[in-house]
Amino acid sequence: MTLSDSMQSRRHRWPRALLGFARNQPVGAVSLAFLVAAVVLSVAAPLIAPYNPLNQDLLAANAGPSAAHLLGTDELGRDLLARLLYGGRITFAGVFEAVGTVLVLGVPSGLAAGYLGGRVDRWINNWVDLLLSVPNIMIVLAVLAIFGSNQDAAMVATGAIGAAGVSRVVRSAVLSVREELYIANARLAGLSGPQIVRRHVLPRVAGPIIVQGSIWGGIALGVETGLAFLGLGVVPPAPSWGGMIAEASTSIYTDQWMLVPAGVAVALTSLAFVLLGDAIRDATFESWSGSTPAVKSPGRMSTLRGSTVGVQTALDTTLTQSQDPDAVLTVQDLNVQLVRPTGLVTVVENVSLTVGKKEIVGIVGESGSGKSVTALAIGGLLPRSGVVTGSVSLEGRELLHLDEKQLASVRGSRVAYVFQEPMTALDPTFTVGFLLSEVVRRHDRMASSARRARVLELLEQVRIADPPSVIRRYPHELSGGMAQRVCIALALAGRPRLLIADEPTTALDVTVQAEILELLRTLRDETGLSVILVTHDWGVVADICDRAIVLYAGQVVEQAAVRELFYSPKHPYSAGLQDCDPALAEFADKLRSIPGNVTPPELWLASCRFAARCEHYQPSCTINPVPLVAAGDHHQVRCCRWSELALHHERARA
Amino acid sequence: MRRLVLRRVLRSIPLLIVVTATTFILESLVPGNAARTLAGISATHAQYEALRKQLGLNLPLWDQYARYVWNVLHGNLGIDPFNGNPTSTILSQRIWVTISLVCLTTIFCAILGTALGVASAIREGWSARFVDAASILGLALPGFLIAIVLVTLLAVRVRLFPSTGYVDFTSSPLEWLRSLVLPVVALGIGPTAIVAKQARDSMKDTLASDYVRTLRAGGLGQSRIIALHALRNASIPVLTVLGLVFVGALGASVFVEQVFVLPGLGSLAVSATAKHNVPVLEGVTLYFTLFVIIVNLILDISYALLNPRVRRP
Repeated sequence: MTLSDSMQSRRHRWPRALLGFARNQPVGAVSLAFLVAAVVLSVAAPLIAPYNPLNQDLLAANAGPSAAHLLGTDELGRDLLARLLYGGRITFAGVFEAVGTVLVLGVPSGLAAGYLGGRVDRWINNWVDLLLSVPNIMIVLAVLAIFGSNQDAAMVATGAIGAAGVSRVVRSAVLSVREELYIANARLAGLSGPQIVRRHVLPRVAGPIIVQGSIWGGIALGVETGLAFLGLGVVPPAPSWGGMIAEASTSIYTDQWMLVPAGVAVALTSLAFVLLGDAIRDATFESWSGSTPAVKSPGRMSTLRGSTVGVQTALDTTLTQSQDPDAVLTVQDLNVQLVRPTGLVTVVENVSLTVGKKEIVGIVGESGSGKSVTALAIGGLLPRSGVVTGSVSLEGRELLHLDEKQLASVRGSRVAYVFQEPMTALDPTFTVGFLLSEVVRRHDRMASSARRARVLELLEQVRIADPPSVIRRYPHELSGGMAQRVCIALALAGRPRLLIADEPTTALDVTVQAEILELLRTLRDETGLSVILVTHDWGVVADICDRAIVLYAGQVVEQAAVRELFYSPKHPYSAGLQDCDPALAEFADKLRSIPGNVTPPELWLASCRFAARCEHYQPSCTINPVPLVAAGDHHQVRCCRWSELALHHERARA
Repeated sequence: MRRLVLRRVLRSIPLLIVVTATTFILESLVPGNAARTLAGISATHAQYEALRKQLGLNLPLWDQYARYVWNVLHGNLGIDPFNGNPTSTILSQRIWVTISLVCLTTIFCAILGTALGVASAIREGWSARFVDAASILGLALPGFLIAIVLVTLLAVRVRLFPSTGYVDFTSSPLEWLRSLVLPVVALGIGPTAIVAKQARDSMKDTLASDYVRTLRAGGLGQSRIIALHALRNASIPVLTVLGLVFVGALGASVFVEQVFVLPGLGSLAVSATAKHNVPVLEGVTLYFTLFVIIVNLILDISYALLNPRVRRP
């Protein structure tokens, strides 16, 4: 139960909402209680104040706290507690005037601008722009000059100027709900504009409005006390918090206590407004995003999952690949746990793979299968909060034990990356030439003329036409294909032995895709590069890969040479995925789809994780963990029914 | 670039017109007028009328405004009716105090806020919590209150800095700086926390961005990435906040100059308000508006320098 819920509920649910708010936002509740108490005490000043705030007692002047004067007296012997209470009346009156004006002007104009749009929006927007760039205080001073020391006029003026900012906040809140379906439905149902705004828009934007009101409470307090401090609002001897601070500051060399009561009152009240605003913001934010429990301590989740992982490790190690001495990369039993809202969750489990020299290995899977996480884990590019275990050996060097500095020396020069979105993968504030020479400088010490030559050479290597003009361009001036070529050039700058390309063609046009794949193949042939290609696209696998590893729900489910994988898939998932791919339609009778999605890692089973979507499912599939077993020469599969299913026959029949 | 600056300058003209017209109209409502003040109480009605005519106060308001604009364009901001001096002279004597104060405050916030924000973006922990708590306090406490507390602690209890007064830069740069330390801290402590919060947020966004991942994957070290690439990209939203800090400091200077008895435009505005001194108020408003316009122009140029995507007209 949060505050924005309460906005939508009827009046009798208010107390419950308030209780819920107190439970979830204790700081906010304390702030609210403080403000209410301060207002009540100030209003009740005539009843509870121990003295008349104007009564002077020069014999008791400048006295500290005592039984007679709980908060002491000022330089004229006036009781500070009485002055504080009476001053609060004026201060809070000013705050209410300003906040009221802010809301009365800001909310309707924001609602109108956001909901009506068009000319109204532009007109209001121009005014808001204007008000936001005027030095506010000068307008307030002008108003004070007109009306004399009239605090009411000054606070209304403050509110009128402040309404501009509130109007803008309300407008953007309205814009975010205006296009939602239920508003359109209400419109179709024939509700009038004002009705829709009142019933459907206002409740949704009530949160931001209350937050703004609270923030403005703090600002108005600052202005009110500030003006009184300058002697421009409330005129002495009338008591006011700002005036008390001013009086205290004149006798600061003789009596410093005098500053405390009013200073603390202003500071605490102001703090309460800000904290209340923050708490309401948090409360409404939670109700919009669905209450997400805080991140639990990593330990618990990992021990929970530990059992499954343990079983799996025991099963899989029976099939650990023999160390290939020619392998560029050997990954063994890679486990990755990442911090999710529910805690630390295993997203990659016991993945083992090897990449030979000049080999192009595909890692295939749907989104959520853990393929990108595997790729990032190899170069240590996962967030530091993640936990990676197992072994990643690059040319015989174990990478998982390296610290960030050592990893940086491996990245680029041994293993390099190309990512999915070339348009966001390049720092937008520098030219292509600068970015390339940044990375070249990292790997080769050379004179700047030689560096420039190397940059041009790299661009030629990735078949970019007219390199001298391209190095002067900024990333946003490149096409997607060109940007991806620049990214590849960047990756090649350190002459890596292994290139990990994470969905390198997914964001590109089909023709450009083919060019980029062709470029990767050429680079492999020319430089002896090994490549890991992460993709969801079986067409890409068929086109370029020598071998492929199929991931499902964080596990390897099949691994084989590409030809073998296409002509004789052993896992129902691999077979099913190929049928889904329009590029491979020649293999299948018709385009099919695997129903459902990869389940989120929190719900992964210890037994077969594909069972729920598998057309060959039997109850026996979900009893025990399924081991990865050899199903032929260099062919491995994780399916308990692989030998009885004849997937390739089925395929041949079709 | 030149077109961008030109367009910005042109766009600020309507703003200037509206602001000056609004304050002109507002201030024409101020009770009492310059003729009455200048003539003094002993003047006859005829003398007063003659002075009114001489000052153009008998003309319709739009005509007065047109004359005002014409005079302003010729550097004539009117006469201070209380001492007969040209307003422009009075303002020019005080302008450097306020410029020093507000610019130093902005620089203070920029350096300290960015450093704190970046530090807390890179390592979570105490610095992040400190920035959080400080930004709440910074938002909450009014500058004049911070100012008085600072005076009490650092000028009265420990006599580290002068509590009041201003020393001209040309007479002693060191004393100039010393006289501004407390005012700048008082004005800047709150905004610094807000700058730090923005710097941390945008630094975190930048460090999580695709292009930082590319640079890391290319083998660049963390310090190089932060110092050059991340800081440059993250500074763009921070600049926006610094613009707001400048405008806020300009407004708050009115209060803080009063506390520290700095002879700047802010304290001039306060005394002009109390005395209903219209020409001086109009002059300060005009100068403040010009400051805001100039700062926005500098911001726009900085955006263009930092971000090539906005450079194209």
